[in-house]
Amino acid sequence: MSARDLHGPGAPWGAATPGSKSNTDFKVVGRALRKLDGLSKATGAALYADDLQLPGMLHAKTLRSPHPHARVLRVDASRALALPGVLAVITGASMPIKYGVIPWTPDENALAVDKVRFIGDPVAAVAALDEDTANAALKLIEVEYQVLHAYLDPFEALVRHDPPIHEDRKEGNISKNVRLEFGAVDEALAGADVVVEDDYEFHGTTHAAIEPHCALASCSADGVLTLWSSTQITHYVHRALAKVLELPPHKIRVVQLNLGGAFGGKSDPFSLEFCVAKLALVTGRPVKMLWTREEVFYAHRGRHPMHLHYKSGATRDGKLTGVDAKILIDGGSYSSFGLVTTYYSGQLLTGPYHFPTYRFDSSRVFTNKPPCGPKRGHGSVQPRFAFEVQLDQLAERLALDPIEIRRRNFQGDFTRTVNGQRVTSNGFLQCLDAVERASGWKQRRGKLGRGRGLGVAGSMYISGTNYPVYPNEMPQAGIQLKLDRSGLVTVFTGGNDIGQGSNSMVAYVVAEELGLKLEQIRVVAADTDLCPVDLGAYSSRVTFMVGNAAIDACRKLRAQLVAAVAQKWACDERRVRLIDGLAIDIEDAARSMTSVEVFQLAESKFDTLGATGSYNTPKLGGDYRGGTIGASPAYSFTAHVVECEVDVETGRVSVVRAWIAHDCGRALNPMIVAGQMEGSAYMGLAEALLEHHQLNRFGLHSGPSLLDYRLPTSVDTPELHALIVESIDPEGPYGAKEAGEGPLHPSIPALSNAIHDALGIRLKHLPFTPGKVLAALRQEQALRPARPHAALDEGSR
Amino acid sequence: MLRLPKFELRSPRTLSEAIQLLEEAGPAAMVIAGGTDLVPNMKHELATPELLVSLAHIEELRGVRREPEGALAIGAMTSLAEVAASELVQRFAPALAQACSLVAGPQLRAMGTLGGNVLLDTRCQWFNQSYFWRQALGFCMKKDGSVCHVVQGGKNCVAAASNDTAPALMTLGARLELEGPEGSRTTAIDDFWVADGIVNKKLGASEILTRIVVPPTPRGHRGAYGKLRDRGSIDFPLLGVAVRLDVDETERVAHADVVVTALAAQPKRVAKVGDTLRGQTLGSPEFESAVLAVAELARKQCRPLPNIPGDADYRREMVPVYVKRTLFAAARGDGPVHHV
Repeated sequence: MSARDLHGPGAPWGAATPGSKSNTDFKVVGRALRKLDGLSKATGAALYADDLQLPGMLHAKTLRSPHPHARVLRVDASRALALPGVLAVITGASMPIKYGVIPWTPDENALAVDKVRFIGDPVAAVAALDEDTANAALKLIEVEYQVLHAYLDPFEALVRHDPPIHEDRKEGNISKNVRLEFGAVDEALAGADVVVEDDYEFHGTTHAAIEPHCALASCSADGVLTLWSSTQITHYVHRALAKVLELPPHKIRVVQLNLGGAFGGKSDPFSLEFCVAKLALVTGRPVKMLWTREEVFYAHRGRHPMHLHYKSGATRDGKLTGVDAKILIDGGSYSSFGLVTTYYSGQLLTGPYHFPTYRFDSSRVFTNKPPCGPKRGHGSVQPRFAFEVQLDQLAERLALDPIEIRRRNFQGDFTRTVNGQRVTSNGFLQCLDAVERASGWKQRRGKLGRGRGLGVAGSMYISGTNYPVYPNEMPQAGIQLKLDRSGLVTVFTGGNDIGQGSNSMVAYVVAEELGLKLEQIRVVAADTDLCPVDLGAYSSRVTFMVGNAAIDACRKLRAQLVAAVAQKWACDERRVRLIDGLAIDIEDAARSMTSVEVFQLAESKFDTLGATGSYNTPKLGGDYRGGTIGASPAYSFTAHVVECEVDVETGRVSVVRAWIAHDCGRALNPMIVAGQMEGSAYMGLAEALLEHHQLNRFGLHSGPSLLDYRLPTSVDTPELHALIVESIDPEGPYGAKEAGEGPLHPSIPALSNAIHDALGIRLKHLPFTPGKVLAALRQEQALRPARPHAALDEGSR
Repeated sequence: MLRLPKFELRSPRTLSEAIQLLEEAGPAAMVIAGGTDLVPNMKHELATPELLVSLAHIEELRGVRREPEGALAIGAMTSLAEVAASELVQRFAPALAQACSLVAGPQLRAMGTLGGNVLLDTRCQWFNQSYFWRQALGFCMKKDGSVCHVVQGGKNCVAAASNDTAPALMTLGARLELEGPEGSRTTAIDDFWVADGIVNKKLGASEILTRIVVPPTPRGHRGAYGKLRDRGSIDFPLLGVAVRLDVDETERVAHADVVVTALAAQPKRVAKVGDTLRGQTLGSPEFESAVLAVAELARKQCRPLPNIPGDADYRREMVPVYVKRTLFAAARGDGPVHHV
């Protein structure tokens, strides 16, 4: 079943040497082709969930908790129900079954059953003839709360659990603890020539996808419930709906339309999906709910705030001996992906550097805040920030060039990490070379004058993992192809295109494999009635897994097409090349056939043409509890150099430019890959300097709007240089690995390291606000009053 | 998406018609100019007018004109983009052109008007929020509640004047022309403000701001505006500094003024600026010392509260920095002082 054994990284006709880095064999792959949906999105023709209108459709709104932690004693909706135009009000009692994206930790209700756990927790939902009536009805619902102690500080939640946030948890307010040790860390640190130990802090940030969440549900006369939702996980939403609504899964259809961004913020089942479904069942009419921006901030699932303590040892020549981490993770009010986050916070750090020994002790605690979850670079952006700054501190202590210390610790390719993860292709050294060259590192670092500096950082990330969130032996990605006599191929994929271009990627693969023009391919995606299961757009898995599944399906059909043509031409199959909408005889230029003729010939010979393909990971991971979490069939690698300028009087840090080198295996479309790299760096730098998902002293989000949550505008965005590195992975589709999340990681520590180069201060607590920069400058001056400033002041204004 | 509550919209062609509409509807009516501040506030249920009287079709409220005696008369409905781009304003009132050029972002400056910015409601992190948000903490004294969350136990609303143009107009000695049921009146912009964040201006019932008049500036007039904000666009000021330096033929300062905003309910004139800078020659060491002395005066006189988002201590620390930089920019004949 696993496609990975069926093909190498080369072109379908096998002409390419395995491991070849040349793109010349490919007709489609490696070219900067337009995205399938580019034009429709640019012109506004693309349909998003909120664009749908159905006859008789009702509008739904959510009543939310004004308290961070309270018992719900009574909900009285009678006055709301009496309002003309209101058709239904539902509460927690309507859907008491708990769910969670991770089946081991179901702790969410679509609407509060007995308790609310953060300001914004949903309590009731109203369906009415229009939005204004639904909003008016919300104000008529009476809720009696018994206010409980609110946990806003994760350190308090760690030690106190009376009252607990979740009553049924055995370990108080601890959501998950993972403690893993590989090798004798204490001995390794004791034997190190130099040890650096420090504290780092990652604030919370959120996705801020431009499209707010929206869902629409409708029931057909024969009892099929259809949900159109802005989700990046149709399959998991399908399963969760069946569970909570107690419906057989085959009576439910989940469809994702165009998505205005997700970044991990649409990878949980959300309250609104259950509410519209339930309200559609109750009223018998279609029901839509569109969240406000404020509600999206409450639903959150963004980057976890983390308090990180690291201790790393190295030998005199800069080789790491051991790394010891202790991490406190502020999870917010529900588990979401928290089990995985807790593992990822430790498991994903063991590359691109060789760790001889490693230990991490990560605890995720519940607090009465909007729940955290996966955001681009799930669980590993925060530890990466801490460790890459610490690695610079080690280099400083050892008087080593920061790029050199990273080179010296390179783990190599086709190796195994200390925590048992298999690493295949690894282009990290080429990434370091690329950013070193492009940034003029050797000539410029340390010589830019006071206030200007260069910093480097590296990272690795997964291309999917072999851990499906629910254990099963079925494929992780499936594809179905249907060939039409018109020359059209329809591709059915469960993959969720969230703007990253996965539908386009599938089309490129099919065009390459079957030698078609892109316009001959139509992609039907993320519709549980029509498409084979794919687990969803998360963990950077789609290109790797869906791409491989597509190749798998295509190879079966390709064999039939080639056989039919070869038989017709009475020649050897190896002479038949499918290319650009034609079948050609590579030994006789005069002989060719259009793909329409090929399809019809093959259909006459083999009957109706279609094929399925799938992908499943090989067995991976360490042989211990949790050893498969973070075990990826291939890892991507990244290095950044960031150049910054700091105004020493205002403390404002500006990123002048950033060089992003990323090993994506093979760039199936270099334009889309570069877009992902630039977008990642943009997002990371924004988290470093501007964005802050912050709660005030009441536990209320301090500014749940796009005015107060400061996303950088175009004038705040530096020059970004994407440098694609292709290591050609033996198992990726044509050698491809991920490009959507990995390239974010180094931007934040590279900026901290650049600020150190600029001013000699270490910023270890995010975000790097001007006030913190000024405080660090003052502290540095106070600590070193005798330090001669003459040389430093030269560059100041 | 937040819903915009229902309202009636009228678009009169004349000022008298507009005033009549306002008078008839009483407190249920509000004026809408560009709507860039009012519409979000309505979505937050901070203002709940039943009738909006649009000034968009009253031609006499538009345009920048130079009066015979040299004053600039700017119609209240002139867009911020137009004021910023006006050669007359850039030449005779540079601080105002610069302040207009830094309000919000390009789209909002195309819609927003100078009159609207002068009349901008005060802002506070505990006020400019949705109904649900404000309700969750029992509202505040500016709207629907009785307490202050900025100064716990505070008796007065300290929401911040956040209009970039107000301090610039104050350094320019601008006059506001208003038209109401009782006829027209003119007030110095300095006298227009009150130290109350709930309503920080003396605007009469059914009164409309029609023109902003900037008196003639002398040949040696220099002015600049400095704005602190997190991003290079969109954001309201975390601190705004308008400065004026009038110099004689020998480049000696004859008159100087500094007005700072986004600190408290009204813009604040820094005291003793004129005395400190008068007589100093631009570019001289004495001038530079005097600028630093003015910056220090500003630091001592300004104590921002945590009323708007961001770190109030940092905003205070930036007062002398922005005063200094904006004065130097004006002396050089450039500006605005802004990080991008």
